[in-house]
Amino acid sequence: MSALLEIEDLAVSFGRTGAVRGTSLTVERGETLCVVGESGCGKSVTALAVMNLLARGARRTARSMRFQGEDLLGLSDAGMARLRGNDMAMIFQEPMTSLNPAYTVGSQMTEVLRRHKGTPQRVAVDRAADLLARVGITAPGLRLGQFPHQLSGGLRQRVMIAMALMCEPKLLIADEPTTALDVTVQAQILRLLAQLQRDLGLGMLLITHDLGIVARVAHKVAVMYAGKVVENAATAELFASPRHPYTQGLLRCVPVPGKIKRDEPLGSIPGTVPRVGPDFEGCAFRERCSFADPTCTQEIPRHRAGGTHDFLCRLPA
Amino acid sequence: MLQFIVRRLIVALLVAATVMTLAFILTRLSGDLAVSIAGPNATQEDIELVRKAYGLDRPLTTQFFEWVGRAVTGDLGESYFFKARVSSLIAERMPITITLGLTGLVIALLVSLPLGILAAVRENTTLDRVVQMVALLGQAMPSFWLGLILMITLGLQLGWLPISGTGSWQHYVMPGIVLAFSAIPALTRLTRAGMIQAMGSDYIRTARAKGLSRASILLKHALRNAAIPVVAIAAVQLGFMLGGSIVIEQVFALHGVGFLAWESIGKNDFPVVQAVVLVLAVIYVALTMLADLMNAVLDPRLR
Repeated sequence: MSALLEIEDLAVSFGRTGAVRGTSLTVERGETLCVVGESGCGKSVTALAVMNLLARGARRTARSMRFQGEDLLGLSDAGMARLRGNDMAMIFQEPMTSLNPAYTVGSQMTEVLRRHKGTPQRVAVDRAADLLARVGITAPGLRLGQFPHQLSGGLRQRVMIAMALMCEPKLLIADEPTTALDVTVQAQILRLLAQLQRDLGLGMLLITHDLGIVARVAHKVAVMYAGKVVENAATAELFASPRHPYTQGLLRCVPVPGKIKRDEPLGSIPGTVPRVGPDFEGCAFRERCSFADPTCTQEIPRHRAGGTHDFLCRLPA
Repeated sequence: MLQFIVRRLIVALLVAATVMTLAFILTRLSGDLAVSIAGPNATQEDIELVRKAYGLDRPLTTQFFEWVGRAVTGDLGESYFFKARVSSLIAERMPITITLGLTGLVIALLVSLPLGILAAVRENTTLDRVVQMVALLGQAMPSFWLGLILMITLGLQLGWLPISGTGSWQHYVMPGIVLAFSAIPALTRLTRAGMIQAMGSDYIRTARAKGLSRASILLKHALRNAAIPVVAIAAVQLGFMLGGSIVIEQVFALHGVGFLAWESIGKNDFPVVQAVVLVLAVIYVALTMLADLMNAVLDPRLR
């Protein structure tokens, strides 16, 4: 059976900037893949490219993009719209602004189901109420009649999640779903996502910059840097033996209680993600890498480090 | 909400007081009522007699406060030329002006909403620029001139529409178009700007992520939010149209309030002119209040 989502060599450019430069990802059914990286590394663009929701002016190419075996590249806009919200759903980083202020929660939730399944309004309202209860919202009947501005950020994100689940999607793409929320609410939403993923057998593509989230929910991880996946590994493997200097740097930036000493400075990676053109050669991390040498400007081989672990660096395993 | 309404009512009263003062002063500055009542062949004594008979020899402040005092109780006085109560004169002609104003507003909305949406969807294309250009032309075009052009083409050459009078609904189409032209530019630009802003918003991205149809995204999710400022301005524009119909009622011989005002200005019929200005000002203020209330209805955050 084919994978749930399989992307090969995805590239997205905005004019002279290569936001994504040859990214390959696979999400299996019922599996959570986390894409991690700093701001500007192309992880959100990757997610939007899968949904074909890129802003006008973006150029998307790929060797192949398949969802449940279906070729996404060849799909018309209407064909893609039939999949979105239906078999693949997405939630976003900005719960405060992602719901339409002019319509009630109920109206926004039920319209997805009516659109894709032709469900009668009364049945759709029942399902919306069930899902609101399922994502931990008390008094769902009351919430259905409320407008987004009457809800807190955490509640709105729960509504977004419930709305994404209306049509029983196979794949949920979550783009930094907890970044804009309070820490306590973050934990609740994460726990909820992990639980839903398990219970519903969802495939999940979770975009985050937070390694703490990765450790808690991911089955496997893709580390992105300047538009390329620089390391792929199962979660435990990645945390135990990161191979790419960038991944190692990222992990050093995370304080682990008990492991770091009180006055020891926390690790950091100097500089920021560079903006690179679509045809940039060599390793984009070389400017910030302490292992860099002149060969880093040439094409970089992808090394294997065990079954599902690979990384993109001139330094061999 | 109550506080809001009270505050608006106070503003409305202030506006009415200002308008009454200005209308009074401007009519006195514009001519001598006694001279026009007495007629062209009157002697100086006749004029003085008329002045006394109508109480126009009293101090202006006395006349002003007498008028204000009556107007507050709803008594707008009597016309010197029509030999009728000013209030019944206005009431008789108001339906024509309101019909004209509403026709103009409906035509303006029918044109500017689709144009604005189209321009927004095709932002920065040739089509968008053409629409904006047309809107600009509309704003620059004097209404009496457009009225005459329409009369010649649609009325005389093509014979599609009657060119003057108020006999049927067709009589309102041409003046409605002319009136609409003044409102179309602002409404089109506002629709365009609102749609562009809405289409770039996160909730439209959500709507697209839900796989909704293009029509639903544009007309349900984006337009609903873009329409909020448009509705407010449309109400204000209706106020402009009711006041601005003076020229057009003249051109198309529609005997509405505007026509009445025009006739009365020519004859220095002060009570009528003052009353028309006052009534239109009050309607205008009421419409702006209505616009705010409609905003509150359309935007749940303001409720």
